[in-house]
Amino acid sequence: MMSLGPYASFIVTSYAAAALVVVILIGWIVLDYRNQTRRLRELDRSGVTRRSGRSAMDAP
Amino acid sequence: MSLIDLANPTRFLALTARVLPWLAAATVILLTIGLYQSALAPDDYQQGATVKIMFIHVPNAWLSMFVWGVMSIASLGTLVWRHPLADVAAKAAAPIGASFTFLALLTGSLWGRPMWGTYWEWDARLTSVLILFLMYLGLMALWRAVDDPSRAARAAAVLTLVGAINLPIIKFSVDWWNTLHQPASVMRMGGSSLDKSFLIPLLLMAIAFTLLFVTLHLAAMRNEILRRRVRSLQMMQASRVAFSSAGSREGSASNEVGAA
Repeated sequence: MMSLGPYASFIVTSYAAAALVVVILIGWIVLDYRNQTRRLRELDRSGVTRRSGRSAMDAP
Repeated sequence: MSLIDLANPTRFLALTARVLPWLAAATVILLTIGLYQSALAPDDYQQGATVKIMFIHVPNAWLSMFVWGVMSIASLGTLVWRHPLADVAAKAAAPIGASFTFLALLTGSLWGRPMWGTYWEWDARLTSVLILFLMYLGLMALWRAVDDPSRAARAAAVLTLVGAINLPIIKFSVDWWNTLHQPASVMRMGGSSLDKSFLIPLLLMAIAFTLLFVTLHLAAMRNEILRRRVRSLQMMQASRVAFSSAGSREGSASNEVGAA
């Protein structure tokens, strides 16, 4: 077991805060992606297409 | 694929779809190795185990400035070359940069309490990084305040380039002023003053966090392109509805004229 000495709480809080912020960032980006693709699918289903005539969900 | 090809958002989306899983995997692997090496690093003869905060604080501090640097280059792309993805890159980077800056301030504060005896000191380094954090928040607010992305992009690009003046101030604040913060110990003339047992885990963590930024940035850029696609399709849909309702009104009006 790794010993962190008398300031263990400061060290653990630092790593926990970094992990929490990174997880929130990843979660926000994943949810945003799902939200945008869902809205594009809905628009696609309602018959709204891009000027190129391709589906809004198309990659190249 | 050249840089010019990437100016096409559709090609960029195809590239991110191919690259993102590999980047995410490389980030996880490097972060795992970096954390393992950080755990194995010995205690410092003066700071004890609190030196482990360095492995998380320094990469975040580096990235807080690096991300603003990326946004500054993207801003030049918006104002000078009018690259279609430049403002997408700048907008997507801001919340990620703000998060890294927040972590640099928070972990620095948690490191400062046991080592300096205080969480916060209004010295040049800490204050200039706090200003950087506030500038990130200001930039994010600006993006949200202006509805039209191209108008917001130009204003944000000017603000970003003006804010870039803060980067050398942050970097050299420890040399120009008498501060509580230690001077540079890794990137300095004459090489690093850190022992290898600290330097290797620190560099590993710095590379891992940089990869994390690249991964998150590409994913956030992809989201921003999709958001703009949704916006333009919704505007198209709204104009179709307006056009068809105007057409039906005209039709009923001419019927009334005919009946009269």
